Amino acid sequence: MEKRELICIGCPLGCMLTVEIEEKTILSVSGNTCVRGDRYARKEVTNPTRIVTSTLRVNGGDRPVVPVKTREDIPKEKIFECMEALQGVCVKAPVKTGDVLIENIAGTGVDIIATKDVAAA
Amino acid sequence: MKAYDLVIIGGGPAGLAAAAAARENGIESILILERDRELGGILNQCIHNGFGLHTFQEELTGPEYAGRFIAMVEELGIEYRLHTMVIDISPDKKVIAMSREEGLFEIQAKAVILAMGCRERSRGALNIPGYRPAGVYSAGTAQRLVNMEGYMPGKEVVILGSGDIGLIMARRMTLEGAKVKAVAELMPYSGGLKRNIVQCLDDFGIPLKLSHTVVDIDGRERLKGVTLAKVDEKGKPMPGTEEYYSCDSLLLSVGLIPENELSRGMGVEISQITSGPVVNESLETSIEGVFACGNVLHVHDLVDFVSEEAKAAGRSAASYIKGINKVSDGRVIRLVPEGGVRYIVPSSICLERMENKLTVRFRVGAVYKKAAIAVYYDGKLAARKKRLIMAPGEMEEICLEKERLLKEENLKNIVICIEEEKAQEGMG
Repeated sequence: MEKRELICIGCPLGCMLTVEIEEKTILSVSGNTCVRGDRYARKEVTNPTRIVTSTLRVNGGDRPVVPVKTREDIPKEKIFECMEALQGVCVKAPVKTGDVLIENIAGTGVDIIATKDVAAA
Repeated sequence: MKAYDLVIIGGGPAGLAAAAAARENGIESILILERDRELGGILNQCIHNGFGLHTFQEELTGPEYAGRFIAMVEELGIEYRLHTMVIDISPDKKVIAMSREEGLFEIQAKAVILAMGCRERSRGALNIPGYRPAGVYSAGTAQRLVNMEGYMPGKEVVILGSGDIGLIMARRMTLEGAKVKAVAELMPYSGGLKRNIVQCLDDFGIPLKLSHTVVDIDGRERLKGVTLAKVDEKGKPMPGTEEYYSCDSLLLSVGLIPENELSRGMGVEISQITSGPVVNESLETSIEGVFACGNVLHVHDLVDFVSEEAKAAGRSAASYIKGINKVSDGRVIRLVPEGGVRYIVPSSICLERMENKLTVRFRVGAVYKKAAIAVYYDGKLAARKKRLIMAPGEMEEICLEKERLLKEENLKNIVICIEEEKAQEGMG
């Protein structure tokens, strides 16, 4: 049996959670004060995901960079692969909020979209 | 001289929401003055997500949140000037501003909304000894450099202060390939959200050193390293606990200060605790027809509450301009922070002018577990709300209802205080 300790992010209380796992099945979650802690622990242990936000260089824009994000959350272990795939990518102005700038980043099936308009210079 | 009904100083989240609300309440002649190159304020550099859960029921990035309010202001056809610095406002609401295009110019306003936001505490405010090499930045400056200008301020980083901007920058610098060696926090707890501790530090194995501070800065031209030391309960560094960290950048995330030079200049009364204007139920300052909202009034943690507060200021300014503000009969209820409550915004209520519901915001001075917010009307317990946890980093709010207050005869003081569980047991 494996034990994992987590801090719940549901509220400022920050409960110390202990998750007991056996062969990828969750046996128990303890230490939580409310149901949110239980839900968070189960997700975080089996399938932790994050939205990744960063910037991309812009060519011919009135700004040097455009902020971007993964449209949905991606597996946590893919964060650095995603950042590597963003390295050196340069997009052309104009860019509109919501434009897909890179499809299927790091094989996650999730697109990188712009989060701000950048006009052509 | 140009004349507008309403001049709003600052085109960040507060200014934008205030402008939209004033227009929706019938004010045609509105001008927003913004010193930066675009509207949106600090949100433009906050490219991370987590904004707008209250306002839009979805999780947006800072630029997306700002974008929605900018679109609203554009659709409403509200006038604004960029690259425009307001340098003085007189008590009779004459605004002096300057820009490259127009030079120095004057605007006469009927009402003014102060929405200038806040700025970061700097190294100078901390008295950190050592030389003054390049490489010491406020966390917000570094954030602007990375996220808006496309520059990396350094490769090896130490961060002082665990407020949310510091935590967010720890992650951002790491993602861009820098090594963040430690985040030091003077207090025994972090001022940042739990979510940020986990997702910005724990996710990347960045150590958070509580009860630690920077005691020396090494390097003459460029920063070479910093010395961290543990502090005692009084915040004094303890000899023998020093540890040297080599780094080329030190980011300071050590607090925000409302930017009230203009407010002071025009004679607005400023609170010693919030460093923002003292306001009444209409978010009106000590000068009639001058309103304040957002971080210039008191520093917020969530932009959603800035937008909400700013809308209220916009509505109040609209009522003032239209002359439908009821004249106060002089009866004023004071809102008094006691036991554990550091401040309350607003600080007074005129019942005649109060909207049906009034959101009162405040902060506690320490971490409280299993305590309650108690509200007393002239010494009589009126409400008691249990909270599992309250912390200085999380703004609290309660809602006051006009109908309820009208039932209290000759009410003079509303006290808000924190009562811990023991006291509750004692009361049986």
